[in-house]
Amino acid sequence: MIEFKNIKKSFGEKMVLNGVSHVMESGKANLIIGTSGSGKTVLQKCLVGLFEPDEGEIIYDGVSFTEMSEEDRKLLRQQIGMLFQGSALFDSMNVEENIRFPLDMFTKDNLTVKTKRVNEVLERVNLTGSNKKFPSEISGGMKKRVGIARAIVLNPKFLFCDEPNSGLDPQTSMLIDKLIYDITREFNMTTIINTHDMNSVMEIGDNILYMKEGRKEWTGSSKDIIFSDNQSLNQFIFASEFLQDAKQMRMMEAKR
Amino acid sequence: MKFLAHFGKYMLMLKGMLSKPENPKLYWKEFMHQCSEIGIGSLGIVSIISVFMGAVSTLQTAYQISNPLISKVIIAQIVRDTVILEFSPTLVCIVLAGVVGSKIASELGNMRVSEQIDALEIMGINSKTYLILPKILAAITTIPLLVILSMVLGIVGGRLTGTLAGIISAETFDSGLMENFVPYNVTFALMKAYTFSFIISSVPAYYGYHVKGGSLEIGRNSTTSVVVSCITILLADYVLAAILL
Repeated sequence: MIEFKNIKKSFGEKMVLNGVSHVMESGKANLIIGTSGSGKTVLQKCLVGLFEPDEGEIIYDGVSFTEMSEEDRKLLRQQIGMLFQGSALFDSMNVEENIRFPLDMFTKDNLTVKTKRVNEVLERVNLTGSNKKFPSEISGGMKKRVGIARAIVLNPKFLFCDEPNSGLDPQTSMLIDKLIYDITREFNMTTIINTHDMNSVMEIGDNILYMKEGRKEWTGSSKDIIFSDNQSLNQFIFASEFLQDAKQMRMMEAKR
Repeated sequence: MKFLAHFGKYMLMLKGMLSKPENPKLYWKEFMHQCSEIGIGSLGIVSIISVFMGAVSTLQTAYQISNPLISKVIIAQIVRDTVILEFSPTLVCIVLAGVVGSKIASELGNMRVSEQIDALEIMGINSKTYLILPKILAAITTIPLLVILSMVLGIVGGRLTGTLAGIISAETFDSGLMENFVPYNVTFALMKAYTFSFIISSVPAYYGYHVKGGSLEIGRNSTTSVVVSCITILLADYVLAAILL
């Protein structure tokens, strides 16, 4: 579980996060949604320590991350996996080396054990046999899956995903969502997903934080969204006529 | 003020990379990889410019010494001293600032922009120690060796040109090389080579590591890093000569 209280962050005169508080629950897909510039990415970067918040507290499983020493943070980070928007795979390494990198760095296992673990996670993300391919030789969807495999290879307790569906077709997006969701449940991880994708919101949103102008605007689950009367949230989620119709149908179904 | 801000950030970067490696084996592997990239990767260009540098300095020295009263051994001495004192350490390092420096800056810049550096940090790895320290150590290890090779090839190039062009016989050139040789000159050249190799690796690493934006900024920072490295090398060259000679 990750709890954050009253997080504030400014860049120069511009206040990007203005007192955001929320609890991200373990074993659930916790989504941070909002329009561009609402502070989602900055919030996620504050949570993983890439940015230092100006004010507020971040608590990982009851331990204050904000007050941790750099050494303790390094240890905690070994329990954090992150899938980046552009996958952030190391160009000079092939798929196997990319996934094995955290194992090489932090474990004393021999190569056979590490390769076995790499093959396990590759199988988990449906990429068996892609070991020797380089990032430049695989598709965007495959890169995302390799990114997920690298993020989970050390069995992390916390998984962060920054826009996991960006640049992917709807079908691949759904596969990635399902994969993240299944992994979250399977390993009881605290997964925090930063997304714009409405399919993700409706399909896997267990615990949603909707942000607007650096503040928490609304929280709830994907089921709650259908019945929410928050105007800003409705405008953001059901932006098109098609989605508004879909909402009406869902509401009618729910009332039956 | 801008200079001071950059200098402060540069010093913090150097301080930040001095931490205990998470896994010394992987750092060693990265160090050896960088030695190969920087050292062996620059072997060709260093060899070519060194041979031509020696050849041209022989031709130009001979052209300027037209007085028949001046012994031809002077040509060999001038070629030897200019190659050892200035051409090999300074000129080669300025070329390497372009070749190696732009590579380091663009590699790190690309890693920054594509979030690979953030990925390392999230994994709990000190990205400065893992990415920058091996590059600086590899440069300090291999560039002085390249400078020594350049000295040898420069003199060989000068000797070859002198004999092939009929300016000076091989025996006269060889005896000129041995006369009035000051071993301290080689020590001084190596001191310069160590200083310059630190500049060549750390300045572009600073510019690459701190890239903000996209591919345009990578190119811009890469160019800036080469310019700043060259100017710093020339300044250091002057300071070292003033202090140590």
